[in-house]
Amino acid sequence: MTEVKIDIRGLNLWYGSFHALKNVSLAVPPARITALIGPSGCGKSTLLRSLNRMNDLIPGVRITGTVLLDGQDVFGGGIRVDRLRKRVGMVFQRPNPFPLSILDNVVYGLRVAGVHNRGVLRDTAEKCLRAAWLWDNVKDKLNHDALELPLDQQQRLCVARLLAVEPEVILMDEPCSALDPIATAKIEELMAVLKSDYTIVIVTHNMQQAARVSDFSGCMLLGEMIEFDDTQTMFTHPGDKRTEDYITGRYG
Amino acid sequence: MRLPPRLTQAFVVSLLGLATAATLVILVFVIVFILRKGLPAIDSEFLFTKPQDMGRAGGILPTLVASVILPLIAVAIAAPLGISTAVYLTEYTRESRVTRMIRFGADCLAGIPSILFGLFGFIFFVTILRMGWSLLSGGLTLALMILPTIIRTTEEAIRAVPNAYREVSTSLGATRFRTTAKVVLPNALPGIVTGIMLGVGRSIGETAAVIFTAGSSLRMPASIFDSSRTMSVHFYILAREGLSSEMAYGTAAVLILSVLAVNLVAYGLMNRFIRRRS
Repeated sequence: MTEVKIDIRGLNLWYGSFHALKNVSLAVPPARITALIGPSGCGKSTLLRSLNRMNDLIPGVRITGTVLLDGQDVFGGGIRVDRLRKRVGMVFQRPNPFPLSILDNVVYGLRVAGVHNRGVLRDTAEKCLRAAWLWDNVKDKLNHDALELPLDQQQRLCVARLLAVEPEVILMDEPCSALDPIATAKIEELMAVLKSDYTIVIVTHNMQQAARVSDFSGCMLLGEMIEFDDTQTMFTHPGDKRTEDYITGRYG
Repeated sequence: MRLPPRLTQAFVVSLLGLATAATLVILVFVIVFILRKGLPAIDSEFLFTKPQDMGRAGGILPTLVASVILPLIAVAIAAPLGISTAVYLTEYTRESRVTRMIRFGADCLAGIPSILFGLFGFIFFVTILRMGWSLLSGGLTLALMILPTIIRTTEEAIRAVPNAYREVSTSLGATRFRTTAKVVLPNALPGIVTGIMLGVGRSIGETAAVIFTAGSSLRMPASIFDSSRTMSVHFYILAREGLSSEMAYGTAAVLILSVLAVNLVAYGLMNRFIRRRS
């Protein structure tokens, strides 16, 4: 792996006095799925949220170290946070469509960016809904309330809404934890398709999911990245005893 | 000795039902009482002509006009100020001693008797700023009076908007302003409208603060710089001076019906807005 999309170097993060990320370094390759695993509270989500600076919204956060996106420091002064967040999009744990129509949800990011041409909005919506495998489910009811959709379709709608702003990186924070196994399988299939065009980083509590979908995996414990390797190797020959304990279920 | 649960259950339910029924009965009684006494006085002459003989005869047209303009001025000033303040307090500042002090101040302001606002308006707008007794002085005074209510209800409405919406909007590259304008305010709208309607209601019904600032002239106001009498003030003066209880009840009936109409129109508009969005 020579190519690097996101280069995390010596990242430290404190919530007040709590040291949540300890000197984390990680090279996320482009057009691959990278999974972050580890027990609850180990800092996976915090690490994920550092990549598009969503932690900025939380009071009392202090960060040292660098995160380079295509070589540019995301904490640097020259970067515009709203543009960064368009390049590095996020799918959240709970499906969270806005209480708007399906169409309005998908084109939200475009409207915010000042695109108001109906034709353009409509075409983008179709393209993104197709890419999120939702088009056939919703093409006849684009003006219906998005909250009427079943949960997995809501989550795919959130993916479509994200694709509409044309991100380069998609961060997924336990995207399937609110979904049943069938719906989870659909999202996983979708991820497999999307990875050819996007760099995906996923946080998951589900070992099988990490093993199934990801190309690379990082295992975190108490704020540290204890192991990072290709998924195959990590799940068959983990290099660290603690990783082995965790993935075989012997850790708390 | 404990009573059987089913018995206590039935007891509590009937008690709650009784309280609700009592509230409804009192409300309906007041409205029916006033409408029955007042409706006979209402005809086209009553609604569309000027009062004669201090209000003993003729109509109430000027007071109707004043009752429309005064709340309009108050809301036109208080709503943008109040909503902006609430947005600033909730979306742009973190909880601190200063925001708590502002909030406490707003709460105190909301509890001040309206006559004190009247006195303040009289001294400040009417006298110091030389606006005289006028719709403008009255409107500004009422704006100050309803401002705290609008701030607090808007704040509560904004707080009730799920944080997830802000998070998603931000993650899609929206700035804080865009997020506020596109997600937070539309979702808080019903609560904001409620706050504004409370303000309109208070403005229409207010007498003490209005007499001191807008005066009680019975002439038709030619502009907002003229003194004028609202329906509430007219009703108060008719009843207090014993001029004509028939005209007083007529005015009260029109007052109640207009408040009802304003509320219906506001909720209708709001529902249309919500439907159009989804």
